[in-house]
Amino acid sequence: MEPIIELKNVSKRFGGITALDSASLHVDEGEVVGLIGDNGAGKSTLIKTLVGVHPPDSGDIIIRGEKVQNWNTKKARQAKIETVFQDRALTPQQSIVWNIFMGKELRHSFGFIRVKEQVEEANRIIREIGFTSKLIDANSPVGNLSGGERQGVAIARAIYNDAELIILDEPTTALSLIETQKVFDFVNNVKAKGRSVLFIGHNIFHVYDISDRFIILDRGKVTHKLNKVDVGSPEKLIKIMKETVTGKKE
Amino acid sequence: MEKKVTLWSYLADNSRPVSSLFYFALIMTIFFASAPQVFFAPKFHQAVLTVIPIIIFLVIPLVFIVTMGEIDLSFASTFGFAAWVFASLVKYFSFDPFLGFIIGIIGGAVIGILMGCLVVYGRISSLVASLGALFLIRGFLFVVSDSKSITVIEVRDHWMHAAFVGKFYGFPMQCFWAAIFIIIAYYLYHRHVFGVHVHHVGDNPDSAAQMGVNVDLTRIYCFMFCGIGAGFAGIFSTLINFTWWPTQGFGYLLLGLAAVFVGGTPTWGGVGTIFGAVFGSGVIAYMETGIVAMGWSGLWRQFFNGLIIILALLGHRFHGNRVR
Repeated sequence: MEPIIELKNVSKRFGGITALDSASLHVDEGEVVGLIGDNGAGKSTLIKTLVGVHPPDSGDIIIRGEKVQNWNTKKARQAKIETVFQDRALTPQQSIVWNIFMGKELRHSFGFIRVKEQVEEANRIIREIGFTSKLIDANSPVGNLSGGERQGVAIARAIYNDAELIILDEPTTALSLIETQKVFDFVNNVKAKGRSVLFIGHNIFHVYDISDRFIILDRGKVTHKLNKVDVGSPEKLIKIMKETVTGKKE
Repeated sequence: MEKKVTLWSYLADNSRPVSSLFYFALIMTIFFASAPQVFFAPKFHQAVLTVIPIIIFLVIPLVFIVTMGEIDLSFASTFGFAAWVFASLVKYFSFDPFLGFIIGIIGGAVIGILMGCLVVYGRISSLVASLGALFLIRGFLFVVSDSKSITVIEVRDHWMHAAFVGKFYGFPMQCFWAAIFIIIAYYLYHRHVFGVHVHHVGDNPDSAAQMGVNVDLTRIYCFMFCGIGAGFAGIFSTLINFTWWPTQGFGYLLLGLAAVFVGGTPTWGGVGTIFGAVFGSGVIAYMETGIVAMGWSGLWRQFFNGLIIILALLGHRFHGNRVR
C-alpha cells in the first residue's frame, strides 16, 4: 500500500538559513510516527511544509503515490492532513460541539445551524476517540475539561474534518501523567480506526510510548528513521538523540 | 450517550438569564408591595411598556458586541442619526414615512459598518473609537440641525404609525415588534453561524481565525447589527414622540449598557444572554419610573440605578469567572 504522504529530498530555506535540508520521510496508513529533534531542528518547518503553509523550495511531495505540484494548505486539506497545534485553537467557554464544528458548521439555508445533526455527530466522534465519562457530552463546555480532554476535542475536530493523517504538535506538553495517558488513549483509538498520526514531542518517553516508528531531525536533516523494535527502549532513543545532536558516540 | 437534563441542570446551564429574571421579579415584588395603587394600575405599565422596546432594540445588539469582546458607545448617537435621517426625509423631502424608515435603518447600518471598519482596519480599541464616534455623530447632528428639533406630526395618519407604535387593545404595538426582534436575535445568537462566530471571536479570536472564522467580517457585521438596532430605537422613539430632537438617544447611553450587564452578559466576552438582557432592560426601565412611583424623590433615581447595577453584578459573580 502506498504511504499517505511521502516527502522526497524536500528543502526549505529562509534567506540564508536552510531550515529543511533534503528531508525524506513517509507516513503509512494506521501508524503513529514520532518526530523528535532538538530546538531548531526544523520540526516546525517540517510541520508547516506538510500542511502546505511553507511550500518546499525543492523536492517532491507524494500523496498516495501521486506527486503533487504547487503544494499548499488547500491541497493538504484535500489530502486529508490536519494539524492540532500546541495551543489547540479551542474556545474554552464554548461547548465541545461548537468547537468541533468551528468554522465548518453544518448549515441549513440562510446560515442557520443544523443543531441536532451537529450534536449527534459530535457525540459520535468523541465516543469514537474514547471519551467515556457520562458527565461529558457534546454540549459540555470545553473549559470544564482537563488538559488531556481538551487535546481530545482538538483531535475530534481533526476527525470530523475526515483527516487521514493527524499531526499532533507537542500534544502532551504541560500535561500530568494521567492526562498524558488520556491523550495516548485518544491517539490509540484514532490509530485503531486506520488513521495515522505524526506525533511531535520533546518528551522522548512520551514519544517512545505512543509511536510505532521514529524520525529524528537535526539541523534540517532527517538523520534517523527507526522502528520501535529496533530501538528497544526510550533510553536507547535518548542515547541516539544525544549522539546525533553532539556528534559524539557515547 | 447524552447527559440527563434535570430542572437543576437546566437552571445551572441557564443561570445568567434565570438570575436576571430573579432580579427583575424581586424588584417588581418590592414595587408592587410598596406602591400597589400605582403598580396594579394598567396605565402605569402601559407607560413603561412604551419605553422598554426602545431599550430592547438598543440592548440586544449590544449583547452581541459585548459577547464579541468589544464595546460600542456610538449607538446612542446612531440612534439620533437614523431618527434624523427619517425625520428629515419625511419633513423636508416629503418621503413616504415607510421609505424614510427603511432609509433611516440603512443609515444606522452604514454608521455601524463604518464603526466596525474603524475598529477592524484602523486597529483602534472599540471603546475609544466608539467614544469618538459618539461625539462626532452627535456634533454632526447639532450642526446640521442647527440644534433645532424636527416635528413629524404628519406620520400620525400613516398606517406605519398605527402598525409600529399604535395601541392594540391598549397594548403598545412596539412591544410586538420588540418581541419579534428578541426572537430573531435569540436564533441569530444561538442557532445561526453569525452568532456562533460572535461567541468564538469573543472567546478567543486567534483560535477562531485559525479555524477559518472570518474574524474581521464577524466584527463588522456585529457593529452593523448594533447600528440597525439603534436605527430601530431612534425611529420608533421619533414615531412615539412625533419629534426628533438633537440630543435624542443620548440618555440611553448608560442605561443601555447597564441593562446589558444587569442582564448577565459579562464584560470579558465569549458568553452572554439575550433573555437576560431583556430582563435587564425591564429592571432598568422599571427602576426609572418605579422609584418615583414609590413616593421617593426623583433625585434618588440614579442612586438606586447604581445600587441595582452593582448588586446585580455581584450576584452574577456566582455564575463563575472566565474560563481559559
